[in-house]
Amino acid sequence: MTLQARRKLTNRVALTLSLTAMAFGLVWLAWILWQVIYLGIGGISLDLFTKMTPAPGSPGGLLNAIVGSLILVSLSMLVGTPIGILAGIYLGEYGQRGWLAESTRFINDILLSAPSIVIGLFVYAVIVSTMKSFSALAGVVALALIVIPVVVRTTENMLILVPNSLREAAFALGARKWKVITRITARAARAGIVTGVLLAMARIAGETAPLLFTALSNQFWSVSLTDPMANLPVTIFKFAMSPFQDWQQLAWTGVFLITLGVLALNILARIFLKEGAAS
Amino acid sequence: MMEITAPRPAVAVTPHKAEQRKEQVPRPRRPRSSSGIGDAVFYNLTRFFAFLTLVTLVGIIVSLVVSSWPSIEKFGIAFLWRAEWDPPARQFGALIPIYGTLVTSLIALIIAIPVSFGIAFFLTELSPVWLRRPLGTAIELLAAIPSIVYGMWGLLVFAPFFATYVQPVLGATVGHIPLIGALFKGPPLGIGLLTAGIILAVMIIPFIAAVMRDVFNVTPPMLKESAYALGATTWEVMWNVVLSYTKVGVVGGIMLGLGRALGETMAVTFVIGNTNFLSNVSLFSPGNSITSALANEFQEADPGLHSAALIELGLILFLITFLVLAASKLLLMRLRVHEGART
Repeated sequence: MTLQARRKLTNRVALTLSLTAMAFGLVWLAWILWQVIYLGIGGISLDLFTKMTPAPGSPGGLLNAIVGSLILVSLSMLVGTPIGILAGIYLGEYGQRGWLAESTRFINDILLSAPSIVIGLFVYAVIVSTMKSFSALAGVVALALIVIPVVVRTTENMLILVPNSLREAAFALGARKWKVITRITARAARAGIVTGVLLAMARIAGETAPLLFTALSNQFWSVSLTDPMANLPVTIFKFAMSPFQDWQQLAWTGVFLITLGVLALNILARIFLKEGAAS
Repeated sequence: MMEITAPRPAVAVTPHKAEQRKEQVPRPRRPRSSSGIGDAVFYNLTRFFAFLTLVTLVGIIVSLVVSSWPSIEKFGIAFLWRAEWDPPARQFGALIPIYGTLVTSLIALIIAIPVSFGIAFFLTELSPVWLRRPLGTAIELLAAIPSIVYGMWGLLVFAPFFATYVQPVLGATVGHIPLIGALFKGPPLGIGLLTAGIILAVMIIPFIAAVMRDVFNVTPPMLKESAYALGATTWEVMWNVVLSYTKVGVVGGIMLGLGRALGETMAVTFVIGNTNFLSNVSLFSPGNSITSALANEFQEADPGLHSAALIELGLILFLITFLVLAASKLLLMRLRVHEGART
């Protein structure tokens, strides 16, 4: 074989392999989504949204788990978002190069990818073992700790993208720095920040590991923040690992709901980002 | 995914400049005197929360060390290589969970690195422009699927499929090769270290592929065009020009994926088999990882030594991921410095 032909052949093989890799990735996505829809959609019924999680063998739904998840996710967003945005503003607008900014940035990246189960252990050690009981409150703290780094990161990134001329124009008009930030730069970066918040929400909606040792789960209806609270991910974990047919069906339906919610949030986030880029 | 779209723009915005300039010019009359206070309040508020993030990390490490102290005190450094894990006898060692974590993550990397490279190659060089966005999004959606979904799907759909169609074939072919054959022996259970590794691979592919794609995209077009002009094939441009220009960033992306794989909990817990005994080297056999040991045992652990040992496992995991992530960040930073130097 001539050198030329060999190079051509290598090229062709590489391109084919690359195409195969792409197909490989897509096959998994299609396979997982198809199974989740196929096995999950059958369980959608009115009972699912009106009945509590059952004992094995009796009919029931996921009402307490769905409500519990909604409460946990919205409370932790309420706690985590403002903290994340404010810390992100500090990094993006005030502390470009100071020691606090540099180390916060570094640590934020560590927290961003820290194993979520370790966050769960931390909250267990700090809150659950001092309060002597698993509680929804501990779950909220654990999830908020996962939200914060995501929001910090996106807020800072988005603020850095705001053109400096906007800031200078506002300063030239005699505006105070905090006015410039709240009225000008934060507004210009709004779409990106919303995207970050939505992505953070998508991430915690499916998080299971940090809830295992904090909010635990609850077979019954409970909206008290000091008691264990039912939630979809831990319920799915428990039901999927069980040998009971009807529990497994409920778990599939729960997985279907979570996947639907998470993908919807992701797509919404993309739309926001696109609009932000367009405007 | 915002958090994985790699390196932050290197150019830092400097509002200080604007501020300095403002200082030199006589300040205009301010109608409201409250804004000075507003400035101070707002600055300190944001500073406080930045500081809080910092404190959290220290808090995590301190609280984990304190909670695992009984175990650290009792077993010392030998905890790392003791193979026993026997709660009733109060004997604990981290060898099997650490082995499981490292082996599954290694399998994941072996599969995910070439596949991610192929995907990034496809997305940056081969794909028609109109397809890039939708295909990239599809791969990113793989990262969006919650790990509990991977876990349940892995246990109830993938594991039976794997045991019926793949494991017997692997055992009959690769299983007979000397040396590595031992890795693929044993009954096809479906669950086990190999299954966990494969599922982890699928979970980290989008992260590695996204970083690779982003760093490939920053290769100056001039370099690629020069190589093409010399008659290089697409593959040669990719392998010799783009990859060698971006290798630091690529390694950074791989480390990022490794960090994910090490800390992944639910997907692994479902499929790894959860046993603390390991009698052979076969990847078909069930095992345990740090995260799955925690997920399975922590709730039921008695508050004494058993809990402490589990928390020490968590601490070890945190330190491992900390090191991996710190290394990946350093590499990506070096890439940024290089970029600055070359342009």
